[in-house]
Amino acid sequence: MSTSTPAPQTPEGRPTSMPPVGRVATKDRPHGGVGDRFRLWWDAQARPTQWLIGVPFLIFIALVPILNIPVLTTVGTNFGGVMAQFGMIALIAIGLNVVVGQAGLLDLGYVGFYAIGAYTVAILTSPDSPWNQTDEWLSKDWAWLAALPIAVAITSLSGLILGSPTLRLRGDYLAIVTLGFGEIVRLLADNLDELTGGGQGLRGVAYPRVGVTEELPNGVFSAGNAAGTLNSGVWWYWLSLVFIVISLLLVGNLERSRVGRAWVAIREDEDAAEIMGVPTFRFKLWAFVIGASIGGVAGALYAGQVQFVIPTNFNVINSVLFLCAVVLGGQGNKLGVILGAFIIVYLPNFFLGRTELFGIPINGNEIASYRYLFFGIALVVLMIFRPQGLIPVRQKLLAYGRELYVAARRAAQAATRSGSDDGARPGAPAVATASGTTGAARPTAGGTRTGESTTDGEETR
Amino acid sequence: MLGMFGQYATLMLLGFYPSGNAYDKGVALTVLYLGIAMLGGMLVAGGAAVGIERVAYRPLRRRGAPSLVFLITAIGMSFIIQEFVHFVLPKLTGGTLGGVNAQQPIRLVQPEVQFTIGGAPVTNITLVIILSALVLALATDMFINRTKFGRGIRAVAQDPVTATLMGVSRERVIMLTFLIGGILAGAAALLYTLRVPNGIIYSGGFILGIKAFCAAVLGGIGNLRGALLGGLLLGVMENYGQVVFGTEWRDVVAFALLIIVLMFRPTGILGESLGRARA
Repeated sequence: MSTSTPAPQTPEGRPTSMPPVGRVATKDRPHGGVGDRFRLWWDAQARPTQWLIGVPFLIFIALVPILNIPVLTTVGTNFGGVMAQFGMIALIAIGLNVVVGQAGLLDLGYVGFYAIGAYTVAILTSPDSPWNQTDEWLSKDWAWLAALPIAVAITSLSGLILGSPTLRLRGDYLAIVTLGFGEIVRLLADNLDELTGGGQGLRGVAYPRVGVTEELPNGVFSAGNAAGTLNSGVWWYWLSLVFIVISLLLVGNLERSRVGRAWVAIREDEDAAEIMGVPTFRFKLWAFVIGASIGGVAGALYAGQVQFVIPTNFNVINSVLFLCAVVLGGQGNKLGVILGAFIIVYLPNFFLGRTELFGIPINGNEIASYRYLFFGIALVVLMIFRPQGLIPVRQKLLAYGRELYVAARRAAQAATRSGSDDGARPGAPAVATASGTTGAARPTAGGTRTGESTTDGEETR
Repeated sequence: MLGMFGQYATLMLLGFYPSGNAYDKGVALTVLYLGIAMLGGMLVAGGAAVGIERVAYRPLRRRGAPSLVFLITAIGMSFIIQEFVHFVLPKLTGGTLGGVNAQQPIRLVQPEVQFTIGGAPVTNITLVIILSALVLALATDMFINRTKFGRGIRAVAQDPVTATLMGVSRERVIMLTFLIGGILAGAAALLYTLRVPNGIIYSGGFILGIKAFCAAVLGGIGNLRGALLGGLLLGVMENYGQVVFGTEWRDVVAFALLIIVLMFRPTGILGESLGRARA
């Protein structure tokens, strides 16, 4: 497998595989870390085994707020509420990741879609709003759920409206235009007093009325359910988990489809993609619309949980914070951005109200108030040392689909398990090659041959 | 050139404080003190710009990072500087500078109407701002278009590799541009505080930086005269919009104008050739 680019060398002088095609240059970081080994192991498992491990893990994640793990819980605020917030930001991060991470379009106005989702639900269901429909054609108990698809439709439409004129722009120009859009949405919410309540906001937004009991006349999702472990925050967290899983499945399937491949192509080199016949504008628009609709779901969740929307909650700083979550976790990696969202939401709340940590006295409130300083430092340091984020994305064999990819990994594993010829680094070189190249490596031959072939490539030069 | 956002957003903000500082010492209503204040602002903002370039941008350039990374770094840097002024500066200066609240305004020049043009009063502050802005713009334009350093800057903007081969030190040129950016931002900060004395607050730079970036994009990135035109157009349209639609629609008009202009001229009004070359 000879390539036109010189094969890079690790500090030990070991020839690595071809440089990955990824936008983030991972060539300065050798392959085969813990993450890669886990990925290898995970991909080598059969589908049922993956489910067998994945489902209990998901249940554990869902139970985190009620398990009351000593160090993990927050002292100053309600842990359920924090987790509910995390669920929403995670959903936003997944949506923004489609736009920024997968299609490579820097969107600084994502908060606009979030705001549109929240305001759609609020306008339809708040008693303050002139267009309140809860007594008209929306059932009182299910108003929130009924308003949700409307919110998603309207946010997708707004994504289309914003995207179709602006997606011809690139880079910095696109960033500033989307930022302008986000600000316009917020200012509209602020200025259209008759409809949105202006700076007063809209109160009494609907929420799902389920689980009505004697003690909880408004159901488990109401803000009145504030006491105890199983409070409304936990319920909202569970609801957002449902949406997270749905959107993960959706986005994951898109990623492996023609659309996802087009996104990667656009992200890596838009001109080249265009020349190869990818209708770049259409797929960029798709990314925008899908990202926007996920943001709309998050907005609807937010409006339902807080039951109150106000323009100041949708300013540009939030856009930057969402972007921070995506970049921190790893652009393009769905699970990475969820981790990023967790860090963004959880860390400030973790320090809130804490006076000591592992016996060391600290002023938690002060540390929590410094959060933007820390996020700024984290962004800059991360960009310098690890621009791919905490959990970087690996390019997969998009051209061949997942089955062949898994087969290649299994073959690689079998080869190293039985293999004697490749003793120096079990598994890793083969995997690096299989994962580092798109289409160029023949996956079925990937296992045993890669070790030699990269060396060959090195010698021919 | 790539970190436009960072330059503007962060440095205008930094520029406030030193000029505020000079106000503290300031005694009389003299041009001399204004000049000293402006110099202080320029020094601190320019120094910070060079420092940021060294710490944050140079490692990125070494690795050949994509422009998205520069933009994100710029946003991170503006967070750091804002929060530095918000939390750390008051501790360093014993509470005299920075913090949550705006600085006490120090009015060096009392606004006085000098004369009227077509019924519009022109104050001495307006005169000072317009004159200094024009002088600075002319000086920068001369520097970029007439001097050897300016030629180097233009060469690096057009093609860094060829410029390096032709003997232009790329690192030095980039540092120089950051220095110029910082200096101009520092000067602008003083002019801004002349007009808006209560504007010296830690969060004040963000929206200004965005507006400045808008103006630069409107005119076309990489074109100095375009940036001037963009700034003028943005300001004028904003104020017209304010009159026509009402004060609360001011920013909506500004951003809508930006979107409309970029729809028809995707690289700004004047920034065609260079914009396309680097897109």
